[in-house]
Amino acid sequence: MLRFIIRRLLQLIPILLGLSVLLFAWLRALPGGPAQAALGERATAEDIARYNELFGLDQPLYVQYLRFLGRAVQLDFGTSNRTGRAVTTEFLERFPGTIELTLFAMVFAIGVGIPLGYLAARRYGGFLDSSSVIGSLLGVSIPVFFLAYLMRLVFAVELGWLPGSGRQEVRIDATRITNFYVLDGLMTREWDAAWSAFVHLILPGIALGTIPLAIIVRITRASVLDVVNEDYVRTANAKGLATATVRRRHIIRNALLPVSTTIGLQTGLLLSGAVLTETVFAFGGVGSALRDAITNRDFPVLQGFILMLAVVYVVVNLLVDISYGLLDPRVRVR
Amino acid sequence: MPTSAPVLEVEDLAVTFSRKGETPTRAVDGVSFSVAPGETIGLVGESGCGKSVTSLAVMGLLPPRGVRVSGSVRLDGQELIGASDRMLRRLRGADMAMVFQDPLSSLNPTLAIGTQVTEVLLEHRDLDRKQASAEAVDLLDRVGIPDPGRRLKEYPHQLSGGMRQRALIAMALACSPRLLIADEPTTALDVTIQAQILELLRELVVGSGTALVMITHDLGVVAGLCDRVHVMYAGKIIESAERHELFARPRHPYTGGLLHSVPRLDAGRGARLTPIRGSARDTIPWSQGCAFAPRCDNAEDDCLGDTVPLEVDPAYGTDRELRCRHPLQPARVGAGTSGAGVARAATGGSGATASGPGR
Repeated sequence: MLRFIIRRLLQLIPILLGLSVLLFAWLRALPGGPAQAALGERATAEDIARYNELFGLDQPLYVQYLRFLGRAVQLDFGTSNRTGRAVTTEFLERFPGTIELTLFAMVFAIGVGIPLGYLAARRYGGFLDSSSVIGSLLGVSIPVFFLAYLMRLVFAVELGWLPGSGRQEVRIDATRITNFYVLDGLMTREWDAAWSAFVHLILPGIALGTIPLAIIVRITRASVLDVVNEDYVRTANAKGLATATVRRRHIIRNALLPVSTTIGLQTGLLLSGAVLTETVFAFGGVGSALRDAITNRDFPVLQGFILMLAVVYVVVNLLVDISYGLLDPRVRVR
Repeated sequence: MPTSAPVLEVEDLAVTFSRKGETPTRAVDGVSFSVAPGETIGLVGESGCGKSVTSLAVMGLLPPRGVRVSGSVRLDGQELIGASDRMLRRLRGADMAMVFQDPLSSLNPTLAIGTQVTEVLLEHRDLDRKQASAEAVDLLDRVGIPDPGRRLKEYPHQLSGGMRQRALIAMALACSPRLLIADEPTTALDVTIQAQILELLRELVVGSGTALVMITHDLGVVAGLCDRVHVMYAGKIIESAERHELFARPRHPYTGGLLHSVPRLDAGRGARLTPIRGSARDTIPWSQGCAFAPRCDNAEDDCLGDTVPLEVDPAYGTDRELRCRHPLQPARVGAGTSGAGVARAATGGSGATASGPGR
């Protein structure tokens, strides 16, 4: 098992190298360039040349790349063109917000999706089944920014039930420890801060969780439909086990194998930044930071964030593979 | 042959599958038989003849929707048709158990063997986990699984086919059931393993007074294990006889055809098998005559028209029943073949050790 994990982590190296080359080339290929972005439209050619010299942008590309790489392995991605703060610091400030949001979205999607998918399968062809199939089709088809916007309009703006922007009530002067606002609030016993941070997760979390929810419902339903016809379920019934035991131990346990893969992939996707949802709800996670970086041509932030998110994505997938081995002994690695 | 009250009595069992917009299919039609303690009966027939559906109906394992079961199934006198799901679950695994055909797909791939054995014990017997575990080791040992303590922690995919079937038998026997139904228990196994499994069933089941219903298309299994044989065709029993009688003097042309299509080791080189012509799909509804008539060499005009009843065979006293108007005459099967010879040949490879002569 340990060797498997180490091997997978070593595979990260070529992935990240490849990605860094791509990113580097792509960002340099964009029109405008960082100097233009930093100095504004009216900068003279001399200003731009000075700026490029200052930041080493006049060097050949491979020199720039190697320099960038040398610093990147020390987790130094330079400073943001816009705020002047270290990219790594910005990331550590923003990423906890995205993690909180992702967790909320996935708990929502899993908590609703698996029971719904199971019930739909057991009432195959019934009303609940057809409505869940149609509902999940709607769920995957609605553009997430549209749904997010609609939810914000109805529940935050019109009805005023839930906050529609930010990560916490502005007037609360909360202590920051981990930058997980809910966790910080709990740790410092600032209950109102924790509650406010939690309430701020609800609308963006549900909007973000809709697609994973729809996918989980569909896969759970299909998987349960497969498993109930398996011979081993018949064996379990032939043993006279209680209905609940058959359901829990023999049907759901096996039916969740494909679902767990989906959950892992979706979690990885959400963690790498929900640009649209975070933008609609002005939620201060990595998604909105990426959007800001793009509009400001903040190359250091883009490079750093994307590379760090790639690491996160690969690690999450590694965790999924490990958990799959725990769930299914047949793929357990020795 | 034991004479005590039967463990299982099946009377006029019928199973009909119906789907919306389709004509209902009657998979089992008017099947009756009984099994005494320690007795082994065989339900024999080719694929689709209704033998597996019969066993599932007895166990109450048919899906609730789209299936209609009628008639009577009594386990130790207790009626099972129409019994509550709760009562059936209490009986299944405890008083009646079943071993299935494909041991790999019949085991849950994600649970250790130990869990799958102990869950029966925990469900039906008043044991704590530790006792159940000890009992499971004992059970695996009894079914001939070496190093049972280690096997308990292993998963189905880590066991060989024969071991898997042994594990399934251990689960079925965990609560010493009164009735065991084995549905093609050796079909998915190697020939040498088949013999071992049959031997195991004979030792553990028949020896302990459990009634055993063997469902099979393999006449070798029948020859090796069964006291009494019911041959099924298109959902009905067409011939019932004591094993030796059936092999020595098959009366129904279908039974004769089955016996003739078994390869024999003592047949000369180049000797051809005599298959039954046509396939199980070439059938007519029983209401319009004998379902086997389209494939039968003996068929005459009066085989068609009305249902051929299952009657006591006039030529052989009360112990044989036959559903045929133009049965085979003993001489026709003879032709240089003693009945015992057919039985031995039918046993062939698969039952070589399992069928001791004169059992």
